[in-house]
Amino acid sequence: MQIVCKNLKVGYEGQVVRDNINFTVEKGNYLCIVGENGSGKSTLMKTLLSLQKPMGGSIEFGDGLNANEIGYLPQQSTVKRDFPATNFEIVLSGCLGHNKNKFFYSAKQKEMALNAMKELRIDGFRKRCFRELSGGQQQRVLLARALCATEKVLLLDEPVAGLDPKVTAEMYELVKELNTKRGITIIMISHDLNDALKYATHILHIGNDIFFGTKKEYLNSEIGKQFTSELRDNIICETCGKKL
Amino acid sequence: MIETLQLYFSYPFVRYAMIVGVLVALSSSLLGVTLVLKRFSFIGDGLSHVAFLAMAVAAIFQFTNNMPLILAVTVLAAVVVLCMGETTLLKGDAAIAMISVTSLALGYLLMNVFSTSSNISGDVCTTLFGSTSILTLRMEQVILSSVLSIVVVIIYILFYNRIFALTFDEDFSRAVGVNVSFYNFAIAVIIAVIIVLAMNLVGSLLTSALIIFPALSTMRIYKSFKAVVISAAVLSVLCAAIGIIVSILAGTPVGSTIVGIEIIGYIMCVVAGKFI
Repeated sequence: MQIVCKNLKVGYEGQVVRDNINFTVEKGNYLCIVGENGSGKSTLMKTLLSLQKPMGGSIEFGDGLNANEIGYLPQQSTVKRDFPATNFEIVLSGCLGHNKNKFFYSAKQKEMALNAMKELRIDGFRKRCFRELSGGQQQRVLLARALCATEKVLLLDEPVAGLDPKVTAEMYELVKELNTKRGITIIMISHDLNDALKYATHILHIGNDIFFGTKKEYLNSEIGKQFTSELRDNIICETCGKKL
Repeated sequence: MIETLQLYFSYPFVRYAMIVGVLVALSSSLLGVTLVLKRFSFIGDGLSHVAFLAMAVAAIFQFTNNMPLILAVTVLAAVVVLCMGETTLLKGDAAIAMISVTSLALGYLLMNVFSTSSNISGDVCTTLFGSTSILTLRMEQVILSSVLSIVVVIIYILFYNRIFALTFDEDFSRAVGVNVSFYNFAIAVIIAVIIVLAMNLVGSLLTSALIIFPALSTMRIYKSFKAVVISAAVLSVLCAAIGIIVSILAGTPVGSTIVGIEIIGYIMCVVAGKFI
């Protein structure tokens, strides 16, 4: 188990947003966290990233994973638009977590950053300015930065918000590739249930009722049936190619 | 003209002014980029007013060397402002505005009530706009200013990568285990030190100009963070040196002349940026 959350209580400024969250994440899982706006998805994510303390319960990291080895792709709106920085500078800053007692990046880390950019097919942009790129390209740069921070778990917060359908599909494929080829665990926050169900292996539904289980279990559960009734006809399972 | 300059530079106090001016300009420009991008520009302004209050107090007690006191008070104010920003008691900009006007008013009041000098408005003007203070630096102030400037530059270079990451994305830095609160604290302390240094050069009201102008100018032209920082440092040093020379030749106040040159530099960068 890489991550085990037991009776987790999350919130901020003394207010509990969501209580009794239980779930586990194993290596190679693709977990989608779904729920309505204000249900506590983002608060849960910040707690997982140790940006804020849990208000109760516990998060345990195992399987060789440390708390600060989660690569993080923030929601687009949080990144400054007028920032003067080349894409390479930004990707390289992902390596910072490994430099506890070092001031500067090593040649190996620079190579790692370049490889991450090659893997996401953005190495051609490395000397370009971040603010000149399109939304989808910026997301790839930030994803490359996250890859520099981790080889184990990626946490993506609404990675396709604001992207057009074609770029959205490419982004999902890229994430899927990282999941299957490199065995990186994916935890994704999404309000797009359609895509969540297409790619995920596990679902954590947060709301007044909390559900955690595999995709199949979710689709057969009461809460899952309620939420997916409209979508059901359109979803095709990635692995078997049949309608769900 | 060259002869006039030669004559002036034969005086040690002019040479001191040049050395301190260049070093202070160098150190103050570095953190400017971070300040501007983190929307902290106002903190510099507020802290410079606190430094004014400290200077007024030092003047009343007739301290011969007022820099340690001013440094201590300004650093303390920086810490207080930052801690206020993190609690919900008073939000960041309101807290800064409050501290800023309070210290300005108190400083002037104290100077007026307790001052032993016969020329109060002259003293106030000097403190606010630094009209002559750079030319009246004593040896120990020159050494203290130079050492502090160099220390700031060295710290900046060593922590450059962390400062970059922190400026770009605080949450990400925190998530990968960088102690963000500590570095924010350190940045505030360094800013306080820079403001006290810059006050010698341009007076307390104009210190923010020395910090933010070079960064704002070069952000118009360069696209990489490193290039912006390096060129801001070069621009700042150039403007300070030109400003000091012009003020000597034309007999203008040093501080406002330097800021005037900074403004010209900014306009030139804006124009250049349009063509790149």
